[in-house]
Parts: sequence; C-alpha cells; structure tokens
Amino acid sequence: MTDDKTQKAHLSRRQTLMMMGAAGAAGLMGPAAIGRDQAFAANADANGQLILAFSQEPTVFNPLMPHIEVDEGVYYAVFDPLFDFDPDGEYFPILVAEVPTVANGGISEDGLNWRIKLKEGVTWHDGTPFTAEDVKFSLELTMDPDFRSFRSTGYKFMQNITVVSDTELTWEMSEPFAPMAAILASTYIIPKHAFDGVEDKNSAPFSNAPIGTGPFKFKERMAGDHIELEANADYHMDGPHLKTLIIKYVPDLNVMYTQFKSGDIDVIGLQYISPDHLAEAEKLPNKIVTVAGTATFESIGLNMTRPQFQELAVRQALYAALDKTSIIDALYYGVPTPTETYMPQQSYYYEPDLPKHEFSLEKARKLLDDAGWVPGADGVREKDGVRLSFTNSTTAGNHLREQAQQFIQQTFKEVGVEMTIKNLPPAVMWGDYWMNSGFDSVVVGLNTLSGADPDTSDYFMSTMSPVLGGSGQNTFAYQNPKVDELLIKGAASFVPEDRRKIYQELQRVIRDDLPFLPVFQYAVIKGRKDDVDGPAPNVNNRIETWNVRDWKRT
Amino acid sequence: MLRYILSRFGQSLLLLLIVSFIGFAVLNLAPGGPLSQFALSPGMTQEQIDKIAAQMGLDRPLIVQYFDWLRHMLVGDWGTSYRDGQPVLHVIGSHLFATLLLMGTATSISITLGSTIGIFSALRRRSVFDYAMTVASMVALSIPTFWFGLIAIYIFALNLGWLPAGNMYTVGDGSVLNYLKHLIMPACVLALVDVAVWSRYMRTSTLNVINQDFVRTARAKGLTRRRVLFKHIVGNSLVPMITLAGLQLPMVLGGALVTETVFTWPGMGRLFLDSLGYSDYPVVMGLLMASAMLVLIGNLAADIAVALIDPRIALE
Repeated sequence: MTDDKTQKAHLSRRQTLMMMGAAGAAGLMGPAAIGRDQAFAANADANGQLILAFSQEPTVFNPLMPHIEVDEGVYYAVFDPLFDFDPDGEYFPILVAEVPTVANGGISEDGLNWRIKLKEGVTWHDGTPFTAEDVKFSLELTMDPDFRSFRSTGYKFMQNITVVSDTELTWEMSEPFAPMAAILASTYIIPKHAFDGVEDKNSAPFSNAPIGTGPFKFKERMAGDHIELEANADYHMDGPHLKTLIIKYVPDLNVMYTQFKSGDIDVIGLQYISPDHLAEAEKLPNKIVTVAGTATFESIGLNMTRPQFQELAVRQALYAALDKTSIIDALYYGVPTPTETYMPQQSYYYEPDLPKHEFSLEKARKLLDDAGWVPGADGVREKDGVRLSFTNSTTAGNHLREQAQQFIQQTFKEVGVEMTIKNLPPAVMWGDYWMNSGFDSVVVGLNTLSGADPDTSDYFMSTMSPVLGGSGQNTFAYQNPKVDELLIKGAASFVPEDRRKIYQELQRVIRDDLPFLPVFQYAVIKGRKDDVDGPAPNVNNRIETWNVRDWKRT
Repeated sequence: MLRYILSRFGQSLLLLLIVSFIGFAVLNLAPGGPLSQFALSPGMTQEQIDKIAAQMGLDRPLIVQYFDWLRHMLVGDWGTSYRDGQPVLHVIGSHLFATLLLMGTATSISITLGSTIGIFSALRRRSVFDYAMTVASMVALSIPTFWFGLIAIYIFALNLGWLPAGNMYTVGDGSVLNYLKHLIMPACVLALVDVAVWSRYMRTSTLNVINQDFVRTARAKGLTRRRVLFKHIVGNSLVPMITLAGLQLPMVLGGALVTETVFTWPGMGRLFLDSLGYSDYPVVMGLLMASAMLVLIGNLAADIAVALIDPRIALE
C-alpha cells in the first residue's frame, strides 16, 4: 500500500511539472500579437465535448456574490482573474501583462501602492473591449456597501483606485497586506457594461446570463441538471481546445461513480470518488484515477482555555497516544497522507523537516508520569484536582469521524485519559458551539490558509479568538506571542522567499506547541477518461477547472 | 354544488394560511440558515455575513418576515430564490416538465397495469395468479427504490448496455427517442411500487363489488360475462380509485426524490431537497404552498368527480 502510494505521488508530481511548463509558456505568450494568432490557431481545432460532473449544483453566476466551491467550477471557465496560481504556488498572468511584484515595481516596497498593467486586445464574450474600467468596477463593486459581496478581507484596505489608461490602473492600500495578491487571484473580473442602468446590482440580469473573458461562453443552463458552455473563439490565451463543456450536476456520489464507470461522464469532479471505491476504480479500463492532496487538514483541536490542556507534556502525551496509521488505513482506505502541520505538503511554504509523529503508548504514559499526572481510583489521571477527562465533538452523522473518535477514545483510555464523545448536528456543531469555543476538543477538517496565501492569522493569532474577545476563527483560543509576531511579520512581507522562511518557522513553533494534534492532510480521488488530457491537481485552487482552458480530448 | 365548492374553497384558504405559518416557523427555527454555507469560505467574516443578512432582511424578527412574505404572496409575488436569484415560480416551472414527464409516465403505467392486475386477481381469487401477484406486490413494496434503481442501472446500463445509466436526455440530442430511452428505467422503477399499491386497492375494491346483489342480478338476467365485468364490476370498483387518484395528484407534481437522485433526473423532488439543504426559504415555501394547494385541489376534484359519477353520494 505504502509503495503504491509513493509511486502515485511521483506520477502526479511529474504531471505537475509538465503542467507548470505549459502554463508558464502560455503566460509568456500572453499579450504579444503572436499569442493572439496562436490562440486563433488553437481555437480552430477546438473540438469535442466534455462532460464534467459535480455532486453539487452551481447556481450563483455573479462571481463577486456569496458562493460555494462548486460555483467556482463555472467561474474558471467563463471568467478570468487578473492572475492565478500554478500548482507550485507561483503566480502566472491571465488578464495582466505581468504579475505585479516588488521586483517589477507593480507593488511598492512598503506594499502600499499597487500598479496593474493589463493585456491589450482582450474582449468580453459579447465583443465589447475589456479595459481597466472593468477591473476598477469589479474591485469597487466588491466594496460597495449596497452589494452582497463575497468578501471584505483585504478590500477594506484598498482605496483610490485610479484608471491611468485602458490597460493600466493603480490603487493604494491603507495598510500593507501581503495576502492581497492571493485574494486578487480568486477575484474574477466582471464587465462594467453589463451593469449599465441596473439599479439593484444584486439582481442584475447578468447574474443569470454571465458574460466573461474566459475560455468558454455561457450558453444554457438547465436548472437542476447541467450547464452548457461553448468555446470562446476569441480567447486571449492558448485554448480552449474543447468545443463544448458540459457541467453536469449528479446529486449522489454512488450515482456519480456509476455514471463515471458507464462512461456517461468524462471527468468526475468535486466530491470525487469516495475512498471505498478506490480499489475498484483503479482497475477500471480506459480510466485514469489519481489521488491528489487538498489544502484541508484533519486534526484534533484542543480548547486551550481548558485546564486539562495547559501543560505541553499533556498535549505531547495525547499526540503520542494517537494511532494515526490505524485511522488512516482502516477508516480512510489509506487515501489521505499523515501530516505534522496545517500547511499542504504541495505548498511552496510547506516545512518538510518537522518532528515525525510516533505512536507509542509507553511514551505517552511516561510523559504523563513525569509531569505528575497520577491515575486515580477509576484509572483516570489527575493532577492538582484536575481530572484528565474531556469531551470530544464533531459532526453527528459523519461516520468516519465517529469511528475515528472511537479509535482515539480507546488508545487514550489505555494511558489513563478519559475522552467522552459528544457529537452534534452540523448546524449546531459549527455554529456558536464552534465559534465561541464551547467544546473541550473537536475532530475537525480545516483549511486555515487565506485562499492560497500562507497567512493563517485568522486561525492562530491570539487576537482572533471570539471567546477571548476577538473576532476571527481562532476557536482553539490559542495564544502564543511568538506565533503572533511571525504572523504579523509574514503578512507585511511581499517577497515570497522571505515569507517562506517566516511561515516555515511558524510551522515549527506550532508543531512544538501542539494547540491541535495534526492527523492527516485530506486527499481526493479524481478520475477521468484516458482520452481527456489537461486536468491537473493544484492545491492552491479550490476546484479542478482552474486550467480548463488547457483541457482537450486526444 | 356551487355553494359547496365555495365553502370548500374558503376552508382551503384557511388551511393554506395555517400550513404557511407552520411551514415558515419550522423552516426558520431550524438551525443554520441560508448564509451558513458561506461561513467557511476563504476570506468570509462574520461581519460580512451579518451585513449580507441585513441586506436580505434576514435580521428582522421572524413574524415581520412572515407577514412580509404573506403580503407579497397575496398579490401573487412568490419571492426570489436565494440560490440563483430567479423568481420562485420560474424556478418551480423550470423543474415542472421533467417531473410531469417522469411522474406522468410512471403513474399512467401503474394505474393501467395495477388496476388490470387487481381486477384479474379478484376475479380469479385464490388462483395461482392471485397468489403470485400478492407475493410480487409484497416484494415490490418492500424493496427500497434506491436499491432497485441501482440494480436496474447495474444490469441494464453497466452490464447489458441497453439503456443509459441516468439523466433525462443526452445533451445535444433532444430527440423524442432519446428522451424515451432515458425514461424507461426510472419510470419502470417508480411504477413498480405504485403498481403494487394500485393492484392491492383494486383487488379489494373489485372483491367488494363482485359480491354485491346487483352483480348477481346482472348475471341472473343472463348478461354475458364480458358485459357484467366491464359495465357492472369494473365501473363500480373504480369509484373508490378516483379518491386515490385525487390523493396522487400532489405526488405526480411533487416528484420522486429517490428515483430522481438515482437517475439524476432534474425534477421537483431534487429541487425540494436541494432548496432545503441550502435553506433557500422562498423556494421551499413556494413548493410547500404549491403542494398544499395540490392536495386540496386533488381532494376537491376527487370528491366532485365521485359525486358526479355516483348518484348515491351527495356533496352537501
């Protein structure tokens, strides 16, 4: 099993590298006249149809409005962001002539002044030229108090957006905020002219007849069933290579897998193939099935305000008593990868040299003995009147997690720790109980990054805990001055190499301190027909259509 | 007659009002809400969620929201979906065709086949046929649709490759034949259970009629078997079935959740579950009101039809 997995990882790595080369080349060709001719040449042979299935239905087509992951599956086909992340975490230009950096003067040294240079000759799907006014409109609409905007993070610092020319605009930031670039990478630009004379921008006709600059045009939606997209012959980058892209809604994972098997769908998308089908799926003829890591990690989060968890030795002992391998192999069919950190292992910012977890009940007992926690009459350890007993909560009905809890409960018990399971329905669990740290400990899957940016202030900064009077997602109520310092330093630094050092140190600090016990990095099982070329994992994006412009049938 | 209809109509309105109030309260009191799905999106803050809630009027007291909804409803404004921003009637309308096609076909099959089986079972009571059908309908009633659907897909789509594994049609091919090919499996799977139900009811109803005096009289008069069967037995045993058909009306339009899921059929059942999942209150309320109306209309229509057909039954 292990060997098999390493091999798989290598393969996807190689594919990844190939992919990057392609994306880089496409990026370089961008604005030049040759690029456009090339694009036309490529479009001329755009052929074939591809059916991509999701297990949720995309319904929100204004990308600046609140939406879920699956909606972005459509956005990447219909719209373009200014620039995006390649699988290695490097930016590549899409609507911009070059990605703004400190080195090329796009971002001032202090991070307060931004200058964006756009490509020339880009047009909207209706033929209207794309200009800097559209970018300004999109950014301003995001900040419009009357608009139901998807986000305010970062944008609250943005001011004085000025259009210099049709292909250039500038703005100022009231504070340096390094994650802004990552936020821009997931901000899709929408056309200003589609909102001319529209009074309520929340209910513009655009929302159901989107016009973009992306590789595919929105053709038709059959509610509850599918969305039909057709090739944009005037696309400004290489591609698209498909004539028609169908985004199909298949509401059940078993049914989705069956239709993948029967050949009714070509690419199996979001929510993917469930782990219990992996063994069979890998043997299917004419199908390519791969395992790809995601940015979400599973952990046992501790409420750091509880007296039981105050001592580092206790947290270390709990970690030692955690049988990760059994959980991953027995419950998750060995699909996810064990991890020591919150950072995805494919990320540019990942710290590979963290101490390795070792499952040892002996070590756990010794740690607790040495720290003075002695077993009481009922076998549960105590120290200074505190019993080493706590509850553990997660979503009721999540069977895998519920089984994992039982594994954990058992090994903890063997070292004199009492863990009681207290699960709640999703809406209750992840409501106030989670936000206001009502739990002792939780089993939770989190993506703590800011989009694809390595900043995790929202989750680990001491001022971000609602229960401690802050506003944020630090529900573990974790407080560590060193962590705060590194997070502040990282968010104000604009040079990737410098930021990498900062965030790698942060991962070491957090691994040593164990405010949560990392279990594994989630992985998903993707599948496609073997004549489909292009889909490639990218841990920096939320959905596979990030490079749909490159997809083709061979 | 008119007075009766008007009074039933009045009662119905009151009932609808009560249904809407209970429905609205239950929906809104359930934890979560239409914005909770965005809570874990990157870059989303509680502050931003509160702002959006205020823009959508979700921060107002429940009773204010209810009367606001009711006020619009009374003038025919069913509201706008939270999910895709389309008017509720449009959202419902866009799922109507798929549902009518599937449910209409399935119901036609089950009524025709079910009634026929029921009549013959009754006529040949305690025969091999009767026993076989009794066992078959018990089996059909006990099989979960989900399982049966998947087995059918496994056999006819994956192994034999005769029929598509799901969907209403092949995108790009809107021909009648294509629709038919896609329709066969889900319609038969759905009809299976209903055939069982209809045949049981029809059997009982026919048995009741067979033993009536007028049937004996008709036979004694020397009428042919065929004439007794069609004129006296079938006609009379169908009367209770009209009420049953009236109860089926809301189901025909309400769609079949499980079958629609297994065969990825874009019907009303899926719409209801999805809207519920995303707390799309306007659409859920719209579907609730529509189905409540259909229940009332179906019942009323059945009562009137029975009264018209059977002179022994008076409406008042």
